[in-house]
Amino acid sequence: MPRITLREAISQALWEEMERDPKVFILGEEVGVWGGTYAVTKGFYDHFGEKRVKDTPIAEAVIVGAAIGAAMAGQRPVAELMTINFAFSAMDHIVNEAAKLHYMFGGQFRLPLVIRAVGGGGRQLGATHSQTPDAVFAHFPGLKVVSPGTPADAKGLLKSAIRSDDPVLFIEHATMYQVRGEVPEGDYTIPIGQSKIQRAGRDVTVVAYSKGLEIALKAADALAKDGVEAEVVDLRTLRPLDMQPVVESFKKTNRAVVVEEGWKSYGVGAEVVARLYEEAFDYVDAPIQRVAQKEVPLPYNRTLEQMALPQVDDVIRAVKEVL
Amino acid sequence: MDKAQHLDLFYQMVLIRRVEERAAELYQQGKIGGFLHLYIGQEAVSTGLISARLPQDRVITAYRDHGVAINCGISAKAVMAELLGKVTGCSKGKGGSMHMADVSKNFWGGHAIVGAHLPIAAGLALGDHYAGNDSVTICMFGDGATNIGFFHEALNLSKVWRLPVLWVCENNLYGMGTAVERASAVSEIRQKAEGYGIPNERVNGMDVLGVRQAALQALEQVRQGGGPFFLEIVTYRYRGHSMGDPERYRKADEVKRWQENDPIGIYHHYLTSHELATPDELEALLKKAEAEVQEAVAFAESSPEPEAEALFRDVYVDEIG
Repeated sequence: MPRITLREAISQALWEEMERDPKVFILGEEVGVWGGTYAVTKGFYDHFGEKRVKDTPIAEAVIVGAAIGAAMAGQRPVAELMTINFAFSAMDHIVNEAAKLHYMFGGQFRLPLVIRAVGGGGRQLGATHSQTPDAVFAHFPGLKVVSPGTPADAKGLLKSAIRSDDPVLFIEHATMYQVRGEVPEGDYTIPIGQSKIQRAGRDVTVVAYSKGLEIALKAADALAKDGVEAEVVDLRTLRPLDMQPVVESFKKTNRAVVVEEGWKSYGVGAEVVARLYEEAFDYVDAPIQRVAQKEVPLPYNRTLEQMALPQVDDVIRAVKEVL
Repeated sequence: MDKAQHLDLFYQMVLIRRVEERAAELYQQGKIGGFLHLYIGQEAVSTGLISARLPQDRVITAYRDHGVAINCGISAKAVMAELLGKVTGCSKGKGGSMHMADVSKNFWGGHAIVGAHLPIAAGLALGDHYAGNDSVTICMFGDGATNIGFFHEALNLSKVWRLPVLWVCENNLYGMGTAVERASAVSEIRQKAEGYGIPNERVNGMDVLGVRQAALQALEQVRQGGGPFFLEIVTYRYRGHSMGDPERYRKADEVKRWQENDPIGIYHHYLTSHELATPDELEALLKKAEAEVQEAVAFAESSPEPEAEALFRDVYVDEIG
């Protein structure tokens, strides 16, 4: 299998879906002539033309709103938000419209749209451009929220998202575009709503996704040298959340750590831990630990920023805590 | 227009008014929950406007939507059943007063967040533009919606991309209880469209034929590929913003003056004075509307409640395991 970057994987998924289905088109800030501010859509404008690769004004509400309308009218738009921090300017359209219109009108409207948004800290962009607010969006029934941690998952999940008849928020991490991994050749999809064991182990269950997965896998490598075998479960989809592989792993290890880049309070970890206590209470051998971002707006200064973000060592410490 | 078309316009306006008068009573009896925003006084706007559309033209509006629903062809029964939250309602009882729609009638709702449906309307038009068909999206909203950012983002994009949208501002002089002059930098709303280079016209919303004529011309211009057009239709609602509005923001005299300028009364006079209909014929239509509303209420009241399984239905299109 070829090894490609996560950026290439996402780009391939978009390209192949646009070749496959003429209803698929892209709209967003600088997706066309510029080639995408993260270069994901580089070359698309020249190949597909301005009808299918649409540069928009800097106006997030109408980017998402227009994608919703076009989807209702039968197209399959992929709206790109330059960063997920700007999704707050489109919050009404994401949570009050995209997540609700199918249900609220008795199933009459279909909204086959994807909102791609890149998030995450670690690049010294300051508090407003560095957030990981995934849990906020995962709160709303009616939305699907996907956030892959490997190139193969990114490609397969984005294809599923584009083919889904429901609105999907597809969250990428800004520091992971250069991550390489093996990606199957040819057309393949990965179903939305399926967690996956990315590394098998017997001693402790580490639950993670996106950037948290990268950290968790590094921690697992380090722990293995000390003879601790961590099983790393990748959520991949935050809503609908597939707890089955997590619960199965936990019933085997009886110990768990949840790793996420977002803030701890009311976060993905809070949800996973609550579900473990609800669904596997009798298997708990130690209080489940959460590794997450410190409860501060992310600072610009590099040292302070790294102090606020979850690190590999934090995961190792948390694992030792539960063992 | 032939006689039948004239009588049909008259009938639609009367039917809307009777449906809403009855709805107000049912609300007071506790049979309708939530909010109820009545369209009474504004019937000529949507009746004239929607009479000018072709079947392929989409209609989308705000939460004051019962009249628009009826003009789009949703039956009084389905409207009344939705108000009562019944499974036979146009949104299966899940939408209520503010969220009526029927895709088969090309009516795309009933949207309750002020201004939020304007970007969606731009998107409906984008979908048609992308498909290369000749549909026009008619997007109705109140004067209050023109002060929110969504309005400006949507108008701007529609002009930049030359989208086939007819923007229709129903200026009823108040956004809830705040007069236009107290909330909008310009009280002639069409000036905002002017700012985006969108051709526009200000129309008397109490004259159903005037509205229809303006809409026919505007739709034609949009359909020819000229990009968006903007109609400001000046009208007045006789009732409060919603039920339970103390109406401290306007004097009874003002309401009375507008009621003397009633769109149904004006059209009644027009039809009889131009000998397009006799008073008896119009009286018969009033009775017919009364009967249709009675039948609609009976239908709604005897319709079943949604079954419990409906609670989890239609959260997603795809099955979630």
